[in-house]
Amino acid sequence: MHVPDGFLNAPVSVATGAVAAAAVAVSLRGARRELAGTAAYHGAERTAPLAGLVAAFVFAVQMLNFPVGAGTSGHLMGGALAAILVGPYTGVLALSVVLLMQALLFADGGLTALGTNITLIGIVTVVVSYAVFRALVRVLPRRRGSVTAAAFVSALLSVPAAAAVFTGLYALGGTAEVPLGKVLTAMLGVHTLIGVGEALITTATVGAVLAVRPDLVYAARGLARPLVLRSGPVATPGSGPAPRATAATSTDSAAGPAPAPAPAARPASARKVWAGGLAATLLCAGVVSFYASAAPDGLEKVAGEYGISSQEEEHGLADSPLADYGVASIADERLSGGLAGLIGVGTTLAAGAGVLVAVRRRGNAGAAGAPAAEGSGGRAENAEDGAGRTPAGSA
Amino acid sequence: MGSGHAHRLYRHGHSPVHRLPAHTKIAAVLAFVLTVVATPREAVWAFGAYALLLAAVAALSRVPARHLLTRMLIEVPFVAFAVLMPFVAEGPRVEALGMSLSESGLWGAWNVLAKGTLGVAASVLLASTTELREILLGLQRLRMPPLLVQIASFMLRYGDVITDEMRRMRLARLSRGFTARGVRQWGVLAKTAGALFIRAYERGERVHLAMLSRGYTGTMPATDETAATRAQWTSAAALPLAALAVCLMGWWTL
Repeated sequence: MHVPDGFLNAPVSVATGAVAAAAVAVSLRGARRELAGTAAYHGAERTAPLAGLVAAFVFAVQMLNFPVGAGTSGHLMGGALAAILVGPYTGVLALSVVLLMQALLFADGGLTALGTNITLIGIVTVVVSYAVFRALVRVLPRRRGSVTAAAFVSALLSVPAAAAVFTGLYALGGTAEVPLGKVLTAMLGVHTLIGVGEALITTATVGAVLAVRPDLVYAARGLARPLVLRSGPVATPGSGPAPRATAATSTDSAAGPAPAPAPAARPASARKVWAGGLAATLLCAGVVSFYASAAPDGLEKVAGEYGISSQEEEHGLADSPLADYGVASIADERLSGGLAGLIGVGTTLAAGAGVLVAVRRRGNAGAAGAPAAEGSGGRAENAEDGAGRTPAGSA
Repeated sequence: MGSGHAHRLYRHGHSPVHRLPAHTKIAAVLAFVLTVVATPREAVWAFGAYALLLAAVAALSRVPARHLLTRMLIEVPFVAFAVLMPFVAEGPRVEALGMSLSESGLWGAWNVLAKGTLGVAASVLLASTTELREILLGLQRLRMPPLLVQIASFMLRYGDVITDEMRRMRLARLSRGFTARGVRQWGVLAKTAGALFIRAYERGERVHLAMLSRGYTGTMPATDETAATRAQWTSAAALPLAALAVCLMGWWTL
């Protein structure tokens, strides 16, 4: 995904470099606030070690290979993961530093394309995924499943968004007359598939961190309910029992929701995960197809303007061919864009179903061994047999 | 792309290129690559001239050609992309080798290949002759924000530690009979990533506290403030100036 030198022309490279520099400057200020932590006495000097270690983590996690099958494997890009775990400003900083070091020390990604790479991989993915995540978390009910669904959708959308922005940049400063509609459709199709992988990994990773240190997930801060000491019905003011006795009654399983996020998603919540996943899938299919149908018009417009404005000196970017491609292939684009969306939805559903089946199978085995041990959260719903053993009053 | 960055590029040496201050080298390479990108692709000979310039610098630095060429393989994924270009691009077609190829696509492929290869070669040459620490100091002297330089230096300093942590987790998985075959194993791998994040973040907190206890206030003391002499700047500027001459010639002959 790293753009090499010569892919985009010099003006666009310089412009994206300016965008990247501005974004990094803004992030340097914002990251101080994000990394200040809960303790008020920590100052700005916390930024460098923590952001540096987060950058080292991003750098390392990009080397973690996730096998896809048939000998191929992929790896995280990490934009969405960093945004959700440490916040947008620190995320932009960490990814920018990683990209800078990769360009300077490993010659991965061109030096003149550094601004483009930071803009695409650092800024677009982080900003899109964080915005989507926060919006979804605000809309969805305050539950663990909502965080999972929001992480999935935000990571899934961030990758095609970067691809769409890349296509836009290519329309402005590309160095070959590739038909934009085709490029956009191909980029969105391929990157929706990549995004599904990114989303699966990001969701599982965020879930793993949430299970151990929910306070470290920046984007989900404020979602965990504070621990409450419940007093049971015994604690009437008249009888006045010792507080220890009331504390003992607080383990009453009928009392209500779990005080802290449950350690892992048990099969009990499978139905909610299903519903959330389905809703998320439909939502992102809608948004992705919106991108596919809406973006070419804007791109055509920009490219046309660019071509018109520089008609005299630039032969390659004269306005007529671009306009031709746009008019000639718009219907086809919509069709193929929708097709890509459908493929994405189908793959999502298939992959999600596969994961769920695996989780349920493992969950069944675990539940058969120790049925009561995991029930401390107080959720009585049990979706093991679908219709069979669901107790009433808990759905 | 798909592969990790397992090997560092630096190769110890004592050539004139090694001795130049890092910031002059970074500025020179950046100017050189910008010049290359700004060259019209129709001026084919100009790219040959650029390659000769880089070869001259490489000879001066006494870095073996094998070292440079194997490190340039990182570019391979884009070669695949460039090969596709003549087939998908539109415009007038030419017949070659029994296939109908797009003329603009051929030019585009040539453009990406030539400029990308030159850019990678220049970057590899810079990284092979400059130490990590020097590159960071050079960036600082080029007025990169000190906080960003600090973040980058923390990343480099602890990058190997975090990578080693990941390697140990991999050994632990292997020793428990885990083999990742496909998507079904992603859950375990994602838990590894989550644990790695927690460990990295907590290590950051510990590092911060340890540095506070040693008097850290948010800035690193500058230990060496050696500025480059005029002669050093001149010798570093030789490469981009020669490239600029070639570039202007390229526009002239177009």
